[in-house]
Amino acid sequence: MTATTDPGKPDYDEPGDGRQQQDPPSPAAAGDRLVHRPLPVRLLRRPELGAVVGALALFVFFACVADSFLRASSLSTVLYFSSTIGIMAVPVALLMIGGEFDLSTGVMVTSSALISSMFSYQMTANTWVGVGVSLLVTLGIGFFNGFMLTRTKLPSFIITLATFLMLTGLNLGLTKVISGTVTTKTISDMEGFDSARAVFASTLTLGSVHIQITVLWWLLLVAVATWILLRTSAGNWIFAVGGGVDAARAVGVPVARTKIGLYLGVAFAAWISGQHLLFNYDTVQSGEGVGNELIYIAAAVIGGCLLTGGYGSAIGAAVGAFIFGMANKGIIYAQWNPDWFKFFLGAMLLLATLLNAWIRKRAEATR
Amino acid sequence: MVVATASLAGCSSTGGKRAEEARQQAASGKANVTTPRWKFAMVTHSGDGDTYWDIVQSGAKQAAAKDNIEFLYSHDKEAGRQAQLVQTAIDKKVDGLIVTLAKPDAMKKVVKKAVKAGIPVITINSGQEVSQDFGALTHIGQDETLAGEAVGRELNERGKKKALCVLHEQGNVGHEQRCDGIEKTFDGKVEDLYVDGTNMPGVQSSVEAKLQSDKKVDSVVTLGAPFAATAAEAKKDSGSDAEIDTFDLNAKVAAGLKDGTIGFAVDQQPYLQGYQAVDLLWLYRYNADMLGGGKPVLTGPQILTKKDAGKLEELTKRGTR
Repeated sequence: MTATTDPGKPDYDEPGDGRQQQDPPSPAAAGDRLVHRPLPVRLLRRPELGAVVGALALFVFFACVADSFLRASSLSTVLYFSSTIGIMAVPVALLMIGGEFDLSTGVMVTSSALISSMFSYQMTANTWVGVGVSLLVTLGIGFFNGFMLTRTKLPSFIITLATFLMLTGLNLGLTKVISGTVTTKTISDMEGFDSARAVFASTLTLGSVHIQITVLWWLLLVAVATWILLRTSAGNWIFAVGGGVDAARAVGVPVARTKIGLYLGVAFAAWISGQHLLFNYDTVQSGEGVGNELIYIAAAVIGGCLLTGGYGSAIGAAVGAFIFGMANKGIIYAQWNPDWFKFFLGAMLLLATLLNAWIRKRAEATR
Repeated sequence: MVVATASLAGCSSTGGKRAEEARQQAASGKANVTTPRWKFAMVTHSGDGDTYWDIVQSGAKQAAAKDNIEFLYSHDKEAGRQAQLVQTAIDKKVDGLIVTLAKPDAMKKVVKKAVKAGIPVITINSGQEVSQDFGALTHIGQDETLAGEAVGRELNERGKKKALCVLHEQGNVGHEQRCDGIEKTFDGKVEDLYVDGTNMPGVQSSVEAKLQSDKKVDSVVTLGAPFAATAAEAKKDSGSDAEIDTFDLNAKVAAGLKDGTIGFAVDQQPYLQGYQAVDLLWLYRYNADMLGGGKPVLTGPQILTKKDAGKLEELTKRGTR
C-alpha cells in the first residue's frame, strides 16, 4: 500500500465498522496501526473475505446437489454469465466506494451496442469505425452523468435515474427512426465484423474447456481496478470522496475530477459489455438491459461494498458477480421446479449475503 | 486529405445500408378509395420496443394508406393505463377502434363504453374468449393453445422425445397457453424454463445450463423470435444436438430456417392482424361487412420450415413478416 498520511484513506487494518474514520487518528489508534499482524488476521480484514467464503459455500452446495455442476463445460457457462455481470459490477463497485450510484448502467450497455451497430450500418462503414464512435459516445454519456452530478450537487440517484429514462427512450426512439424497426439490422456480413467478434465475443479453447473472452475482460478489469484502488493516489481519492466529500476536499482531493473519472470508468465497461452484446448476437434489441443496473449494484454489495460508500473492493465485486452467476445457473443445473426460480435465487442471495455479513462481524471481533 | 483517406479506409464494401438500398423497398401505397378520411385507433398491450407489435403496426399503416384512414396507435403494457388510452380514443370520437384484450377484466368497462358510444370495435391478438361478450364485431388472432398443439404435433412428426419450452416473460398467460398446448399433443415430455427476456447473455447461459444438465432434451422451443438465435448459440456451446424451434418470425429466424440451425417456426402473421383489422373496419363502415360469422378469424398457426425460408428472408428484412 502506498505510504500516505491522508486521513481519508481507509486502511484495511483500521478498526471500526469497516468504514473509514473521518477524525484524525488518535494517538492510541496510531499506535495500534504500527502493530504487526499475522497474515491470517490481515486476510480476515479484507472486505471481500465474506464474499469469498459465501462463494465457496455456494459452490460446495451446488457441487453436492447438482451432479452436472462440476463439469468443466458447466463451470465455463457459469463463468460466462458471471463475467457479463462482473464486467459492469467492478466499475460500479468503484463508483459505490466513491459514494455514488449509477442507475443508467443497464441501458447504457444497450445504447453502446446500438450506436456501434447503427453507425456501421447506416454509414456502411467498417465495423471498427462504429466501435470507435460508440466508445466516444458512451464515454460522453458517462461524462454527462459525472458532470451533471458535480455541477448540480443533486443526488446521483436522481441524475442517473433521469439518464436511465432518457437513454431508454433514446434507445427505442432512435432505433425506430434510424432502422425503421425496434431491432438493428444484421452487420455480420460487413467488413471488420470477424476481427471485432474475435476481440469482444470469441471463445477460447484450452484443451476441452471453452472459455468466453468476456471472462478475460472481466479478470483484466478486476486487476486494473484493484491496482487503481490500492496502488495509486487516484485510489486514495476514491476512498476519500466516498468517506466524506468535505473532509476529502479539505485535504486537497480533486473531488469533481475523481467522480467524473469514476463515471467514465463505468461508461468504458458499458462499452465493452455493449460490444460483446452486439458481436455475440449480431443484432441488438432496443428494449434490452432494463433492470440489469440493479444486478450490478447487487453484485457489488454482495461483494462487500457499502451502500453508503467509502468501503469495498473490486475483487469483492467480482466475487459478488460470481455468486450471482452461480446461484442463477446452479438452480438450473439442480433441476429445481422452474416456477420457483426467482424465489430460490432470492433466497440463495440472501443466505450468501447473511453469511458474508456474519463473517465480517466475526473478523472485526478478532481485532 | 487525411479525412478522405480515413473515410475511405473506414468503409465496408459489404452489407450495411448501401446493400439495403440496393435491395427493393417495401411497397407503400396511395389511397384509392373515395370514402371520407375516417379516424381509426389501435390500442395494444405492447411494451416499449416490441418487434412483434412493430410488424402489426406496419400492416395496419399499409391498410390505412390504402383505405384513406387516419391511423392512431398507442400502447401500454399495464392494463389500467391501456384502458385509459381506450378512453382517450373514445374522447377523440374515433370512427373505429382496434384493441387487444391481454387482461380482459381491466378492459371490460371501457370497451363496452366504446361500443355503447357507437364506435365499431374489433379485437385482435388476445381476448378471443371474451371478444363477443364485450360487444366487439369480431376477433382477429391466433388461438395460443391451438398454436401450441400444432407445435406438439410437429414435434411428434419429427420424432422428438423431450422438449424444452423457454418462457421469457414470467406470468404471461399467452405464453403459458403455448407451453400447455405443446404438452397436450406432444407424446414426449415437456419441461419449462424461465429466462429473463431483457438480458440476452442470461438467456443464453440459462439455456446452455439446461442443455448441459439434461442431455435427453432433443428440442428447444422458444416463445419469441429473438430468443431462437440465442438458443441456437447456447446449443452450439453446450455440445447438445437438440433442434431449435420457435414461435414467431424475424430476419434471423428466416436465415436460421434456411441454413438449418432452426427446425421450424410457428407464425401468427402479425402483419395480417394489423392489416386485416383496419381493412375490416373500413369494410364495415363502407359496406357493413364483417368476417368470422361469430367465430374468431384465425391468422395462425402457420408452420414454416426450410422450404419457405427463401421467400421469407426477403420479407422479414423489410419488416412485414
